[in-house]
Amino acid sequence: MGILQIVIILLLIFVLSIPVGKYIYKIISGERCFVDPVMNRVDNLIYKISGIKKEQEMNWKQYAVALVLTNLVLTVILFAILRLQNLLGLNPNGIGPMEQSLSFNTAISFITNTNFQSYSGESGASYFVQMILTCFMFVAPATGLAAAAAFLRGIIGKSKSLGNFFVDLTRFITRLLLPVSIVLALVLVFQGVPQTLSHNQTVATIEGKMQDIPLGPVASLEAVKNLASNGGGFYGANSAHPFENPTPLTNIITIISLGLIATATVVAFGHMLKNKKQAWVLFGVAAFLLVLSVGVTYYSESKGNPVLERVGLNQSMGNMEGKELRFSVAESSLFTGATTAYQVGAVNSMHDSLTPAGGMMAMWNMMLQTAFGGKGTGFIYLLMFAILTVFLCGLMVGRTPEFLGKKIEGREIKMVAIAILLHPLLILIPTAISLITPGAAASTSNPGFHGLSQILYNFTSASANNGSAFAGMMTNTVYYNVLIGIIMLVARYLPIIAMLAVAGSMASKKPVPESIGTFRTDNTIFAVTLLGVIIIVGALTFFPALALGPIAEQLTLR
Amino acid sequence: MKTFLRAIIISLVFIILCGLIYPLGMTGISQLFFNKQANGSIAKYNGKPVGSELLGQAFTDMRFFHGRVSANNYNTYTKADKIPDKNGKTAYDGVSSGSANLAPSNPDLAERVENDMDAFLKLHPGVKKDEIPTDLLTSSGSGLDPDISPEAAKIQIPAISQATGISLVQLEKIVVHNTKGRTLGIFGEPRVNVLETNMEIAKLLNITF
Amino acid sequence: MSKHEKKSFINKEIMLKAIKDSFVKLNPKYMIKNPVMFVVEIGFLITLFLTFLPNTFKEQDTNIQLYNAIVSAILFITVLFANFAEAVAEGRGKAQAESLKKTRKDTKAKLLDKNGNIKIINASDVKKGDIVLAEMGDIIPNDGEVVEGLAFVDESAITGESAPVLKQAGSDFNSVTGGTKVKSDWLKIKITAVPGESFLDRMINLVEGASRQKTPNEIALTMVLVSLTMIFLIVIVALYPMAQYSHVKIPVSTLIALLVCLIPTTIGGLLSAIGIAGMDRVTRFNVIAMSGKAVEACGDVDTMILDKTGTITFGNRLAADFIPVGKNSMEIVGRFALISSLKDDTPEGKSVIELAKKLNIEIKPEEYENNKYIEFSSQSRMSGINLPNGVQIRKGASDSIRKFVLEQGGTVPNDLEGVTAKISRAGGTPLVVCADKEIFGVIYLKDTIKPGLVERFARLRQIGIKTIMCTGDNPLTAETIAREAGVDEFVAECKPEDKIDVIKREQAAGRLVAMTGDGTNDAPALAQADVGLAMNSGTQAAKEAANMVDLDSDPTKIIEAVEIGKQLLITRGSLTTFSIANDVAKYFAIIPAIFTLAIPQMKLLNIMGLASPKSAILSALIFNAIIIPLLIPIAMRGVKYKPMSAKAILARNMAIYGLGGVIVPFVGIKLIDLGLNPLLKVLNLV
Repeated sequence: MGILQIVIILLLIFVLSIPVGKYIYKIISGERCFVDPVMNRVDNLIYKISGIKKEQEMNWKQYAVALVLTNLVLTVILFAILRLQNLLGLNPNGIGPMEQSLSFNTAISFITNTNFQSYSGESGASYFVQMILTCFMFVAPATGLAAAAAFLRGIIGKSKSLGNFFVDLTRFITRLLLPVSIVLALVLVFQGVPQTLSHNQTVATIEGKMQDIPLGPVASLEAVKNLASNGGGFYGANSAHPFENPTPLTNIITIISLGLIATATVVAFGHMLKNKKQAWVLFGVAAFLLVLSVGVTYYSESKGNPVLERVGLNQSMGNMEGKELRFSVAESSLFTGATTAYQVGAVNSMHDSLTPAGGMMAMWNMMLQTAFGGKGTGFIYLLMFAILTVFLCGLMVGRTPEFLGKKIEGREIKMVAIAILLHPLLILIPTAISLITPGAAASTSNPGFHGLSQILYNFTSASANNGSAFAGMMTNTVYYNVLIGIIMLVARYLPIIAMLAVAGSMASKKPVPESIGTFRTDNTIFAVTLLGVIIIVGALTFFPALALGPIAEQLTLR
Repeated sequence: MKTFLRAIIISLVFIILCGLIYPLGMTGISQLFFNKQANGSIAKYNGKPVGSELLGQAFTDMRFFHGRVSANNYNTYTKADKIPDKNGKTAYDGVSSGSANLAPSNPDLAERVENDMDAFLKLHPGVKKDEIPTDLLTSSGSGLDPDISPEAAKIQIPAISQATGISLVQLEKIVVHNTKGRTLGIFGEPRVNVLETNMEIAKLLNITF
Repeated sequence: MSKHEKKSFINKEIMLKAIKDSFVKLNPKYMIKNPVMFVVEIGFLITLFLTFLPNTFKEQDTNIQLYNAIVSAILFITVLFANFAEAVAEGRGKAQAESLKKTRKDTKAKLLDKNGNIKIINASDVKKGDIVLAEMGDIIPNDGEVVEGLAFVDESAITGESAPVLKQAGSDFNSVTGGTKVKSDWLKIKITAVPGESFLDRMINLVEGASRQKTPNEIALTMVLVSLTMIFLIVIVALYPMAQYSHVKIPVSTLIALLVCLIPTTIGGLLSAIGIAGMDRVTRFNVIAMSGKAVEACGDVDTMILDKTGTITFGNRLAADFIPVGKNSMEIVGRFALISSLKDDTPEGKSVIELAKKLNIEIKPEEYENNKYIEFSSQSRMSGINLPNGVQIRKGASDSIRKFVLEQGGTVPNDLEGVTAKISRAGGTPLVVCADKEIFGVIYLKDTIKPGLVERFARLRQIGIKTIMCTGDNPLTAETIAREAGVDEFVAECKPEDKIDVIKREQAAGRLVAMTGDGTNDAPALAQADVGLAMNSGTQAAKEAANMVDLDSDPTKIIEAVEIGKQLLITRGSLTTFSIANDVAKYFAIIPAIFTLAIPQMKLLNIMGLASPKSAILSALIFNAIIIPLLIPIAMRGVKYKPMSAKAILARNMAIYGLGGVIVPFVGIKLIDLGLNPLLKVLNLV
């Protein structure tokens, strides 16, 4: 039954990504689309108010500047709102201002599409803040998608222009994220997700005690949270909370929305390139990595916890600690795989309580960032590894390497190297420092190897802009708020800028005509090689750290 | 500079569109069409709200089915829990969610399970260790899990029957009545909503409060 | 090519010099140019330090000092091996340069002043622009152009070709090279090179590797290697505190060993050797590449532009058939054609004799000894012989012979028109043979394609290179030759400036173009092409414009140059893949080894079943070191290259170097471990 659940949901994601991919292609290319009559008016209004000339094309530097500036403005606004949330109204539960370093962390977390939360929604955010955060859940992923669109135009296109950032941002929000979110939100409310501005309710129970029932405008946040790779929950327990994810049906919808857009981006790439085979090769590699991680996680979770088995607790149900009963172990494992592969960060079970192998696969997904990855950015990473692979393969067939008909030279390789180098740097070095800083190491809540895993996981999540956490660890300290904030910031913008630079330099290159001597990148050999490069370069980097964390924990678990 | 100005304006435009119009609009529609769900699916007993159909509750009374382990006691508390102790701390300090995040290797987990197991075996004589369904002794992710597995409900029936005097068959019926199968026969797990089941028992026992 | 390959790539002399150089190259100032090996050297220094002061990090391990010493020794050897690889490659170039240098003895030059007076000065004092006189027996002091005179010059010093070459003012053969020797007559030469920068000097520098600059692909690859090195540096630096946190004690020298195993030392150690060897392979092939970039660009060539005459065909029209007209037989045509050609020294004439011989048409030449030979002239457009009996035998252009016959009252056979037209259509030249007023038939002169070229063009097509033939011939002739040779495109009635247009057209389509040329009017096209191969026999201007010069003046060599360029890239790519793939096995050797003491369950990862942690680490490290010299032959000779599609090449190399790169170290490390472990037991290092 478990395997059937996983297979059906994955198939739904893959199948749905085909029409959605075509639709995303139309958003990127500006091709005529059935929503135009309505949406053109909305868009034009937005352009008019903001003084945007939609015909104005940008080169890579202009595009990067527009992207960074818009994000900067939003970050500053969010920081101010968090600090002043007690004064801004819509605060029926009387929540005080957010602490300085936590506000810094939260503002960056939401603009970078990470949604790492060191606060708990119930006690840390007013309804007004939750609504503003909802807005960030649109803008941040739309920024990532815009970057991907620009990147694709650059490496495919013939002109030097990468498009117009403001137009891309607007189109992704008004044509994709907002309409789908509206539909999703209504389905969620129908299934029981609250959507109200009234304060929390206290009831008297049939046992004569009291219970607080948290409320709020949850569904509107929840819909876009999952759809757009955000993952920041309304409540502390995130998608494990019955008010965020009340039924098996909402769970399926949530998992599908986690993966849909990122998967569809690959399909859109095929349409842009007019070479679907090329897109399917990348699709296949990413899908393989996703299925692999889900498979290992499910296997390990369904085996249960040997320690509890020794204590005498029957483990035939699998590892239920930290999981909700209404979601099976299989669907929880799938959720874990999807949320880390797609860099969403929502959780429907507590990752800290995953079996070590399951927790390792979650980390592995975030370390590779290529099992489809985040909205837009994940695909950029996949293409980056493709460029590196092309470079090696190109040499091996005796030609200066080309990808998509453009020569890969020193400049591109330099940018790719920076982006690939950054990830281990931002994960391993902070982990190492935190482990030997007594105050920082004390934040871990579990002893032994798992303590290392907690720190490793949280920095990995920050650097992958994922946002899920081994949440037992106390990350709401000035040290972690600032450090994780900086990591999220660098991990988000440096690769985007580097890749826009690659796109800019590829755009200005003359396409090389294809001949029989050209090494083709749309076949199985390339797919296998790409997979090898991703695993060797991407994963072996983290092997020693994983060996001391989850691998050691799993091996000593008995 | 022009770009900067555009960046500011478009930021404000989206804050208004996605941060205010969208959630407020959704709230309006939801309140209109899905009023019950939008306000927390409140469960009513004798016309009075006693909880949410979607949230679990901490039950300690032996006449009721007990739910899963919760790190936050299901946000359920008594007046005494809100009185600060010597250190100014309260047993209940506001609504929250989540689990204790114990790692599988954490000795605290094994210890907690062992203690709970001993307590359970004492309250349910005749049950063997490895017959206890895992969900009963493991903590849920949210701390608010409303459900237990049908096996976890069935294993509690004899003890409840003894405490309430309701026949085993009757209790069995109540459990079956409150068991939800898999969605579409495939997705999720079969489950028993503890609050709804207990409300049925309470009605049967004519409990008022 | 084959004869060069069979030569052993190393001899005793080069070996000894290379061993010495490997130590000289240990100088950090030099090492830093190779960042990967520089890291290994730093690692060596640290472990060396720890050998003498083993208590620096308060490590409590049995025999830690000895262990540190062994690790540092292996690291030292690793660096030496890498240096050795480079030194061997350089040594082979130097050996060649030595022989070139011998020709650059300090000679005297005869400088001519404005009044024509001769002044004897040292050759090294001759400046650019000077006019010098070189007479029989003189060595030409520097590169230059012949401004007056005509002489045979011995260029064997440079080309190895012993037959002297004719140099003549005002012709396409007016360029002379410094260091060559005048064999006859005299030449007045205007010097065109600055002292020390002559062709010979540059050649010496190039083969020595002194002026070697990193090529674009090499730079990009270095970037990849450096970033991999940095990644693993991060991994190792982070590992130390992580291990400490988990109460795993890892000796510093073990961390350094792990680092060295993981960073791409194999390719890092061989990279510059591969580059030098690639240049060297070109040089051994008697082609001088002006830069490594040129060789690399060869691998990328998409289009090759070839002259028809001299490159694809011999350029001479040779008799291919005797075709009778009227009632005559083939033998009769052949017989008269033969007679008419007896005293004909032109290649056409000689070929008629050859053909007749082949067809067993025999006459007694002595019978015709005293006959009068009528030479070909542009007025008559025929040649032949007048027999003593007054019979005039002629062969020549169809209309001339026709006129000749008609003038004497003869008739033209009806089928002549058809035969000549057919030959013309096929791209050949008809020579009509007659005696007095009777026309016997036609000699079919055909442009002949050089042997082996058809196969080579087929090979080029296999690797996706398009060939374009340029010829001054009419389209009909051009098409015939193009079809026979198997080139993809042709440009007929092509003037030198048309070649540039063809190149530009191809380049605009994004293709990389290679071409060969020799004349001065080829120079602009050679400069425009991405790869220009000039003939050494050509003009100075052509040689200046090209980025490669073929000393044998064989235009078809461009094909081999392309293959060498490809081979160079393939070797680099394959060894990089091999190097990176090795990491898998090294991880499985070392990671369990360092953790097993503290976490016994880690044994599970020791899938090779290595005897002890120390043995595992040292085995991996030794494997890492010895793989470098083991791969030197591949680096020097290049990965085997067979023309086939990119997909097939990739599949093959991926199987050998990718998959092989994963498997070989598993086997290698296990074998080393088997041999090493008893030794370590004796040393009490377990």
